[in-house]
Amino acid sequence: MGGLYSNATIYSMITKQQVEHVAKLAMLSLSEEEKELYTKQLSSILAYIDQLNEVKTDGIEPMTQPIPTVNVMREDIVKKQYDRQEMLKNSPHEEYGFFRVPKIGE
Amino acid sequence: MAVSPPQTKYEVVIGLEVHAQLKTKTKIFCSCPVDFGSEPNTNVCPVCLGMPGVLPVLNKQVVAYAIKMGLAIGCEITKHCKFDRKQYFYPDLPKNYQISQYDQPICKNGFLMVEDKKIRIQRIHMEEDAGKLVHAGADRLHGSEYSLVDYNRTGTPLIEIVSEPDIRSAEEARDYAMILRSILRYLDVCDGNLEEGSMRCDVNISLRPEGTETYGTRTEIKNVNSFRSVTRAVESEIERQTEILNSGGRIIQETRLFDEATGTTVSMRSKEEAHDYRYFPEPDLVPLEISNKWIEEIRETIPELPNQKKIRYPKDYGLSLDDIKVLTEDRNMAEYYEAVVRMGAIPKKAANWLIGPITAYLKEHKTDIIGCCMTPTQLADLLGFIEKGLVNDNTAKTEIIGEMLSKGTDAEEIIKEKGLAQVSDEGPIRQAVKEILDANPGQVKELKEGKEKVKGFFVGQTMKKMGGKANPAIVNKIIDELIK
Repeated sequence: MGGLYSNATIYSMITKQQVEHVAKLAMLSLSEEEKELYTKQLSSILAYIDQLNEVKTDGIEPMTQPIPTVNVMREDIVKKQYDRQEMLKNSPHEEYGFFRVPKIGE
Repeated sequence: MAVSPPQTKYEVVIGLEVHAQLKTKTKIFCSCPVDFGSEPNTNVCPVCLGMPGVLPVLNKQVVAYAIKMGLAIGCEITKHCKFDRKQYFYPDLPKNYQISQYDQPICKNGFLMVEDKKIRIQRIHMEEDAGKLVHAGADRLHGSEYSLVDYNRTGTPLIEIVSEPDIRSAEEARDYAMILRSILRYLDVCDGNLEEGSMRCDVNISLRPEGTETYGTRTEIKNVNSFRSVTRAVESEIERQTEILNSGGRIIQETRLFDEATGTTVSMRSKEEAHDYRYFPEPDLVPLEISNKWIEEIRETIPELPNQKKIRYPKDYGLSLDDIKVLTEDRNMAEYYEAVVRMGAIPKKAANWLIGPITAYLKEHKTDIIGCCMTPTQLADLLGFIEKGLVNDNTAKTEIIGEMLSKGTDAEEIIKEKGLAQVSDEGPIRQAVKEILDANPGQVKELKEGKEKVKGFFVGQTMKKMGGKANPAIVNKIIDELIK
């Protein structure tokens, strides 16, 4: 893959600022080294994917689903109900039948 | 305060985003029951808890309700649409994304008439509701730092109805919300209860100098839990923004919470970057293709709506616009009224009784027309008895209607049992009037001198003497005869 694109092209796919932004949205804190590394790696991934842009798609509806099916729906009927303890079982913390999470906001 | 210089006049520009919880039996993407007031986390399953490997399956009724609302407010139905993921981190959202619709909402380009003004509807889209956070800790265990989450509400189907920024006053915003609720209830797709959160209004507000076209920077107000709060929130936000602009400041685009207690809005921490939701097509759901056949089937189920009744009522019943507004706001009331008239009641009389004493009774007893025991036929019978002079209006109001509403007893039975039949027989009335006139020579003199007011005194005294059962028309007639 490296042979297809020059480093300059790869680096232009995404900036360090964009990596920082995405990391913030994903609630990840990255070190300076990681930011450099991910900028390079993500650029390389994006450049690879960017090859798809060579295909002419004028006048073609975007495909949002690879499965050629539409309208998969169910009737509005209550089915199996689950036991609360079973549902809470995988939670690291629970209290009074609630999931317990770190406090958010004020 | 010093005299301030002449200040710019501003025009307010308002758009509403209304979330309506749909009255389905199950959630939008799983078969858990939608049931409020259950013990926490008892209506949850691996799908709505966002456990790995699960797949959502769309509830057909949700799509049908969204289309129904769209048709009722003149929207185009999007024949081909999809769902998208809206991504943000918050503990009430177990998957870390909400399944919503981004660029292909199920309905678009509708409108709603508020008085004579057209408020355009930009779109209606379907999405899932989030869970509920209980901020425990601080109030319960001092210093502890955590929240408790109940996911029962997670996955409850919502439609979000977004208006264009066509609203220009606090009252118009409130009226728009009220009309929207009325329609949601007519269609029986949503409870429309703002206090309980089954309908939620977010209000977008900006100001611009009068006569200008460009929109100013807007703020979004959340936590508006009643129609009164819609008005108050808008008024207080207009005041706040006006002060900022007049003192040369700038409005910051942010989300603000309405505080019911102080009647003002307060800033939520402005989350500058958090608005980047990185929507992309939901890969776990296949697209929808809505057939014309299905749309037409849904159209068939739409009842006559308030705006149609507003056109028909003056023609059919000769009612005033104020009466029509009150009667048609609630579908059950409107249909009850129509049934009473069908049973032969005089339209105006039936309207007066329903809007007056009956509504007062229902309010006092915290019920509604569906919750009372009186049938439309029974009310029509009572009104018939009044019309024929078998019982007088006042007796019906004070002695009869309450029992009919609370127990469902026939008017005829109450009249017989309590001996309330009106006396129209002239003999006993003439006798009673004579006795009253004889006992009050002073007032007789005044009446003969033309003081018409005194007549009311004689009518009252006669009614009192006859236990309220005398026919007022006959009493009046006999007083006139005897005074001459």
